Amino acid sequence: MAQARTSLPRTIAAHAVLIAYTLIALFPVFVILINSVKSRRAIFAHPLALPGPQSFDLIGFTTVLHQGDFLRYFENSMIVTVSSLALVLLFGAMAAFALSEYRFRGNTLMGLYLALGIMIPIRLGTVAILQMMVAGGLVNTLLALILVYTAQGLPLAVFILSEFMKTVSADLKNAGRIDGLSEYRIFFRLVLPLVRPAMATVAVFSMIPIWNDLWFPLILAPSEATKTLTLGSQVFIGQFVTNWNAVLASLSLAILPVLVLYLIFSRQLIRGITAGAVK
Amino acid sequence: MADRKPVRWHIAVFLAPAVIVYTAVMIVPLFGTLGLSLFTTVERVPHYVGLDNFRTLLSDPHWSGRFWNALGNNFWFFVVNMAVQNPIGVGLAALLSSPRLRMAAFYRTAIFIPTILSFVIVGFVWKLILSPLWGIAPDMLAAVGLKSLFAPWLGEANYALTTIALISVWQFIGIPMMLIYAALLTIPEEVIEAAEMDGITGMSQFWKIKLPLILPSIGIISILTFVGNFNAFDLIYVTQGALAGPNYSTDLLGTFLYRTFFGFQLQLGDPNMGATIATAMFGIILVGVCLYLFGIQRRLRRYQF
Repeated sequence: MAQARTSLPRTIAAHAVLIAYTLIALFPVFVILINSVKSRRAIFAHPLALPGPQSFDLIGFTTVLHQGDFLRYFENSMIVTVSSLALVLLFGAMAAFALSEYRFRGNTLMGLYLALGIMIPIRLGTVAILQMMVAGGLVNTLLALILVYTAQGLPLAVFILSEFMKTVSADLKNAGRIDGLSEYRIFFRLVLPLVRPAMATVAVFSMIPIWNDLWFPLILAPSEATKTLTLGSQVFIGQFVTNWNAVLASLSLAILPVLVLYLIFSRQLIRGITAGAVK
Repeated sequence: MADRKPVRWHIAVFLAPAVIVYTAVMIVPLFGTLGLSLFTTVERVPHYVGLDNFRTLLSDPHWSGRFWNALGNNFWFFVVNMAVQNPIGVGLAALLSSPRLRMAAFYRTAIFIPTILSFVIVGFVWKLILSPLWGIAPDMLAAVGLKSLFAPWLGEANYALTTIALISVWQFIGIPMMLIYAALLTIPEEVIEAAEMDGITGMSQFWKIKLPLILPSIGIISILTFVGNFNAFDLIYVTQGALAGPNYSTDLLGTFLYRTFFGFQLQLGDPNMGATIATAMFGIILVGVCLYLFGIQRRLRRYQF
């Protein structure tokens, strides 16, 4: 059967196109990474050459690590991302469970209300969000960012997780009820472990925009103590425009953490998408 | 079953955290912003002015020029994104989903990588590559004998916006590719086999069988692109700064909102006009989403397998 669909010239053509596009996708990242470990002269003379024994130089990284507060930025980004993700997943899963498990008045309406946020970006409320954070004394705190990102991530999380929770067998839950488990235990002990793959998908989807956001850190938490890695590298690069070694090194430092996380989670991400969570 | 207990508190407990955070941090500020657009602040005292701010935005020569410029740019940004991103995304997904393709997982992972990078990285990477100073782009063009085609694309008002739109396509191509890929995988084998029985293979199979089946996914991608493009800000801010140069040629509604709300250089920040622009953006996005939901999505035929 498959024989009829695959012919050699067509396979070669498919690979050629995919390799060409892969090169386009990876080329800029590759250029940054190789040049970040080269000396200033080599960067300008042979930007596309791989670093060799003569051109190898870590001056960019030493500058960055001495001048910038990258460790603190990184720590801030981690705190914000991890806390928001944890809240999105916990609150999102709880709400999704309520919506998919129980029939109550206003169920559909509540689902629509929570789904509104998928289409309407939270950025449009920025003016009032800032006023609220000023009133609450939360400007320049990481808590402000965590709250905003939790609200931002919830709609999609509830939407995807409730689709998944509908597939958890009702017999299992009813067996739990007959055994005298409370509704809370059914949720935490029976349902949550079963939807773990869906939680991972939601985690990856929510993590990328939180980690990469520039708008809210710029507006709600621009102080030196609360800068996230994204905002920190933006400011740093702005100051060191002419120091190419430092710019390239800081870009590499900003690329690596996401890249590593992505490669760890990518299998899960693809499985989640192809399982039909997002259609 | 459902009426065992008179009040099922656990439902409220499960819903409460999400609903409270979402309402307090997202919905209330959203409507608060819409409300702020009806006021003006004179010496720290808000005055109700009705729709005056919108009148200013649309007809005052100082404001309307910037607004229409940003709106027009935003449309062009969206058009380029749609016209380039979707065909390439669909094409890549179609290739990836061909049966027995080796290394498909590698291609998928690699092509999605730009999507996970932050705007700061994407903006600076492309600034460096396209820079006439460092000159990877001019050197590469010279290598294939096309050096004369090079221009400082990000620095010229005619090209800058299109260049940034193409960078945005490069960054986000992974999303349509993944979603279409997933949609293509859900087409049942029997449908494809039936098509083959009838002698429909290769390209005509894609156009006649697969494309109609993935149209709903293309619709969702289009509306996501629309919403994303009409509140885009980061990429412009990173590559061109808040002034969206050269000469406002890359100004989008997002950067316009940022400058108005926060002020920039000589211009003082104005929360009420900022809220007015945010409300205008809200209206545009709402109209777009409604047009899609009621005009397009209802006409798309969905096939149940």
